[in-house]
Amino acid sequence: MADFLLVAAGFVLASVALGLVRILRGPNDADRIMAAQLLGTGGIAALLLLAQAISMPGAVDVALILALLAAFVSVAFVKGVDHSEVDGA
Amino acid sequence: MAFDIGLATLVLGVAAWTIAARDTFAAVIGFVAFGLLLALVWVRLAAPDVALAEAALGSGLTGGLLLRASSRLAPTKGPAVIEKPSAIMRLAASVLCTLMSAALAAIVLLLPEPAPTLAPQAAANLAATGLGNPVTAVLMAYRAIDTLLEVVVLLLALAGMWSLAPDHLWGGLPGRRDPVDRDDVLTFDAQLLVPIGILVGIHIFWVGSVAPGGEFQGATILAAMWILAMMTGLVDAPAVSWRWLRLALVVGPAVFLAIGLAGFALAGAFLAYPESHAKLVILTIEVPVTLSIAATLALLVVGPAERAPQL
Amino acid sequence: MSFALDVLTILAVLTGAFFFLAGTVGLLRFPDSLSRLHALTKADNLGLGFVILGLLFQAEGLFAALKLVGIWLFALLAGATVAQLIARTARMSGSTM
Repeated sequence: MADFLLVAAGFVLASVALGLVRILRGPNDADRIMAAQLLGTGGIAALLLLAQAISMPGAVDVALILALLAAFVSVAFVKGVDHSEVDGA
Repeated sequence: MAFDIGLATLVLGVAAWTIAARDTFAAVIGFVAFGLLLALVWVRLAAPDVALAEAALGSGLTGGLLLRASSRLAPTKGPAVIEKPSAIMRLAASVLCTLMSAALAAIVLLLPEPAPTLAPQAAANLAATGLGNPVTAVLMAYRAIDTLLEVVVLLLALAGMWSLAPDHLWGGLPGRRDPVDRDDVLTFDAQLLVPIGILVGIHIFWVGSVAPGGEFQGATILAAMWILAMMTGLVDAPAVSWRWLRLALVVGPAVFLAIGLAGFALAGAFLAYPESHAKLVILTIEVPVTLSIAATLALLVVGPAERAPQL
Repeated sequence: MSFALDVLTILAVLTGAFFFLAGTVGLLRFPDSLSRLHALTKADNLGLGFVILGLLFQAEGLFAALKLVGIWLFALLAGATVAQLIARTARMSGSTM
C-alpha cells in the first residue's frame, strides 16, 4: 500500500511537471498565473499521498497551507496584472 | 527513489526556467512555483516544520513581495533591458555561483557518517520544556535568544522600509485603495478566504507545541490573510503613525524581552524558564510574538507610506 | 475488512490519477487560455477529490478523515473562485492585445 501510494504521488507529480512545462511557456500572463493553481491542486494531492505513504501526519498541515497560499498567490498575481494594466495602459 | 529523482529534476528545471525567464512577472511566478515544490522536498526530507515555513514564508509571502516589486518596475522595463550587465560581469557571477554550489555540495557529501548532531540530547530533554515538538523546543527553549533576535531584526527591517517614504508622506497610509465593488468575485473570494485562513493560521500556531507548526508559520498565514484583505480593498491599510499599530508591533518583542530579563530573577539566567511552568511561560511569549510577527510581515509586504495621513 | 478498504483506496486513487492525467492532457492540447483553465480547474479538482476519497479509507480516526474532507472542500472553493479571477484576467489581456 505504501509503495502504491508513493508511485501514485510520483505519477501526480509527473502530471504537474508536464503541465508546468506547458503553462510556464504560455503566451500571456493568465496562463502563468495558472501555474500557482496547478501546483496548488497537484501539490496537495501528491503531499497527501506522500503523507500516508511515509506516515507523516504533519504533511497534511503542509497540504492545507499549500491550498491557502496557492489561492493567496493567485489573487496577488491577478491584482498585480490588474495594476500593471491600469498603470501601463 | 525514482520519486526523489523526479522531484529533484523538477525542482532544478523550474529553478533554471526562473533564472532564464525574460519577463519579471514570469520569473516571480517561477519563483513561487519553485518554493511550493521545495516544500514537497522538505516533506520528503522529513522536515514538515521547514516545509510549512517554506510554503508560507518562502513561497507565499516572499512571492507577494516580489510581485509588488515587479509591478512597480513595469514602467522601467525598457530602460532596464538596455542596461544589462556586461559579459564579464555575468561570467564572474556564474563562476561565483558554481563555486558556492560546489562548496555546499562538498560539505554535505563529505559529512562524517553518522553526521554530528545534537538531536538525541534535544529529544531527551523535551520533557523538561513541557513541549511535544522538538523543533518548537529548539526555537523557544534551547535557542530562545535566536528567536528573540529574529523578531527584533524583523522590526528593524520594518523601520528601515518605512523610512523609504518621502518626507511629506511620513506617517501616511501605505499602498493605494482601490474602489471596492461589492458584487465583484474578488471581493467574494477575499470574504471567503480570509476567515478560513485566520482559523488555519491560529490552528497551525496552536498545534506547534506538539506537532509541526509554530508561531512563525501561523503568523505568516495570519499576515497573508491581512494582506489579502488590504489588497482586495476590504480593509484599508493602517497609517504608519497610528498608536495601536505601533503597540501591536512592539508588544511581541517587548514581552519576550521582559520574560527574558525576568529569567534572571526566576531561574538564574537570561531567558531561562522556571522548570515547573515552562510551557506556560513559552505560551505567554508565543501569543504576543505571533501577533507582532503577523503585523510586521504584513506591513513589510504592503510597503512604505504612499498616501498622506488623513487628519 | 482492511483488504476491502485497500482495494477501494487503490481504485479511487487510480481514478484520481487518471483525472490528473486528463487534466494535463487538456493543458497540453487545448488551444487557448480559457479552455486550458477549464482543464486545470475541473479535471484536476476532480482528481484531487478521488485521491482524497481513496485516502479517506486509510484514515485513522474521525478527526483525520474530517481534516481530509475539509482540505478538499477548501481546495474546491478556493479553486473555483480563483478560476473566475484568472478567466477575467485572461479575457482582459486578450482584448487589450
